Amino acid sequence: MIRSHVLICGGTGCTSGGSQAIGEKLQKEIDRLGLTDEIKIVRTGCFGLCALGPVMIVYPEGTFYSHVKVEDVTDIAEEHLLKGRIVERLVYKETEGLKMEDVPALGETNFYKTQLRVALRNCGVIDPENIEEYIAMDGYQALGKVLTEMTPQEVIDVMKKSGLRGRGGAGFPTGMKWQFAAGNVADQKYVVCNADEGDPGAFMDRSVLEGDPHAVLEAMAIAGYAIGASKGYIYVRAEYPIAVHRLEVAIGQAREYGLLGNDIFGTGFNFDVDVRLGAGAFVCGEETALLTSIEGNRGEPRNKPPFPANKGLFGKPTIINNVETLANIPQIIMKGADWFASMGTEDSRGTKVFALGGAINNTGLVEIPLGTTLRHIIYDIGGGIPNGRKFKAVQTGGPSGGCIPASLLDTPIDYGNLTRIGAMMGSGGMIVTDDSTCMVDFARFFLDFTVDESCGKCTPCRIGTRRLLELLNKITEGNGTLEDLDKLEELCNYIKANSLCALGQTAPNPVLSTLKYFRDEYEAHVVEKRCPAGVCKKLMRYYIQPDVCRGCTACARKCPVGAISGKVKEPHTIDTNKCIKCGACIETCKFNAIVKK
Amino acid sequence: MKSLEELAKIRERMQNKVVLREGQANIRVAVGMATCGIAAGARPVLNALVEEVAKRNLTDKVTVTQTGCIGMCRFEPIVEVFDGDKERVTYIKVTPEKAREIVEKHLVGGNPIAEYTIGAAEK
Repeated sequence: MIRSHVLICGGTGCTSGGSQAIGEKLQKEIDRLGLTDEIKIVRTGCFGLCALGPVMIVYPEGTFYSHVKVEDVTDIAEEHLLKGRIVERLVYKETEGLKMEDVPALGETNFYKTQLRVALRNCGVIDPENIEEYIAMDGYQALGKVLTEMTPQEVIDVMKKSGLRGRGGAGFPTGMKWQFAAGNVADQKYVVCNADEGDPGAFMDRSVLEGDPHAVLEAMAIAGYAIGASKGYIYVRAEYPIAVHRLEVAIGQAREYGLLGNDIFGTGFNFDVDVRLGAGAFVCGEETALLTSIEGNRGEPRNKPPFPANKGLFGKPTIINNVETLANIPQIIMKGADWFASMGTEDSRGTKVFALGGAINNTGLVEIPLGTTLRHIIYDIGGGIPNGRKFKAVQTGGPSGGCIPASLLDTPIDYGNLTRIGAMMGSGGMIVTDDSTCMVDFARFFLDFTVDESCGKCTPCRIGTRRLLELLNKITEGNGTLEDLDKLEELCNYIKANSLCALGQTAPNPVLSTLKYFRDEYEAHVVEKRCPAGVCKKLMRYYIQPDVCRGCTACARKCPVGAISGKVKEPHTIDTNKCIKCGACIETCKFNAIVKK
Repeated sequence: MKSLEELAKIRERMQNKVVLREGQANIRVAVGMATCGIAAGARPVLNALVEEVAKRNLTDKVTVTQTGCIGMCRFEPIVEVFDGDKERVTYIKVTPEKAREIVEKHLVGGNPIAEYTIGAAEK
């Protein structure tokens, strides 16, 4: 009889931290201690607190262990599982030095207490490779309900009424998309799940697939019923091996239980799903390029219209929904459109998952009702900026989005607000930067990415982004002029207006938003030939502070190009014309006399 | 899956198994499982409690958990029942048979078994 469940995170983050080996060792220890029939190990999806990984929860106590190592496993098994004594040193205490009795329950920690988990509700709770655990959490009830109690039009009406908008980037109303596809008559229609999550720093779709794959399958079947499709495809990137594996397991189990296939619930409804692997091209996250790729062609976007709802995969009416969008749907069916619409703001209903990354303490996944402010996410849930540094900006929407400065931290996040301030929701990546980031270099980084990922089909994107990158390189190398800033802006607007697909249309956003909010940094690079954050190497000057230098000559001896001179016991100086900025002198100096400016 | 009933059956069967993960229920039964407890035979007691609670479908109301040594090793195996704001009940020298009786009379019936408690031993 099982009396205790040990939940070990099997998401990509914790797996790369060694959670697989921890699970195997723990099973061995459990067997050794004769607890095999009493304690069950469950490998779940992501808990969200990736910064603390590998993480483990022991139920029924609800003890949350963080930063677990293989060496800790014996202690956990012998002390906690065998003798019931919690291993205090591994317990996540939120605040350092807290006494055990004051440690908040996991749901009461700052990280979790204001989160509202809808799309992520089963992530970190169930074993994603066991369909019965999903069923225990009311899984496939929604599919049963729509097939036996609702007409397709009723399903679409619920979706429309709920106000759910696409979570992949553009935010198109899901119910409307379904309505268009349902209205078309065709011998075959398709439901496609876009799991080609390509934004650097975004990992919510991966986490849903890894933690709750059946929710996506169930939602696809519901969508199939609503629009009259019997076939679905999940387009997922091959770089997500754990997600792909769990999807395949889930599809296999769903077929075995008759929840995919023919005559589901004896209603005569047929639906099946296949996985298609993407090779990692960013452009394939764009819906028409994704369809082209599934068809077996090179992933390039096509013109819209015709929209996929009219003429999509293999020329048939197709709806394409993002993973997170789908993950919301079974619950909307079960709990009703009003329940969903009661969360969020007028323009954006429901919750949204964000992947917090960059200069932030609690790197991880958070799900909050839309309308929450950025400040709350970054400071209260995210735990603020590490190393005592100052917040500078947050980039939402990855390479397609824009950066948001400190002055706009109190903006409630929803689709409309983010677009108004020049950023965008995107898929939900949130990269936080502190004052050690150069915003010009930051924009350059994203442009570098889009130049690489531009498919080359249309000229504004293929050539325009490259010219943008060249201009940014020129500025970060100290060769920019004020005229270049105007040129940047003009070119950005041109690319936005003329590119074929969303990749090109949004690629200039990082440049435009940094120009808008951090123009002073651009000007410092151009006019003063100085990088205020000390990042741009070509603009960096090494400088010896005369009042700190003891004249020990260590740096002069270390300098590979002989740029440092000075008499013994007297302050030295660096000849900036000779200096190659290798940094060897800084490492050598025992008195911290050398600074980068 | 040919019918909703089939789905409901799986759901019912499985819900008992995942309910553990909702954290602690209202009534908490703690078994002393330090070295002293284990040596006195706490493990069969713990297993009997878990089984009996599951058998009677009490898993959503009762959590069976372990605790360390509470300092009265001579009375082990010790089982304590915490029920909301009510005063805790401490059973001593529990055997698997007594454990099943505790589930039946105390947890289901609501009547603590006075003769097994520490109060009775100290008289």
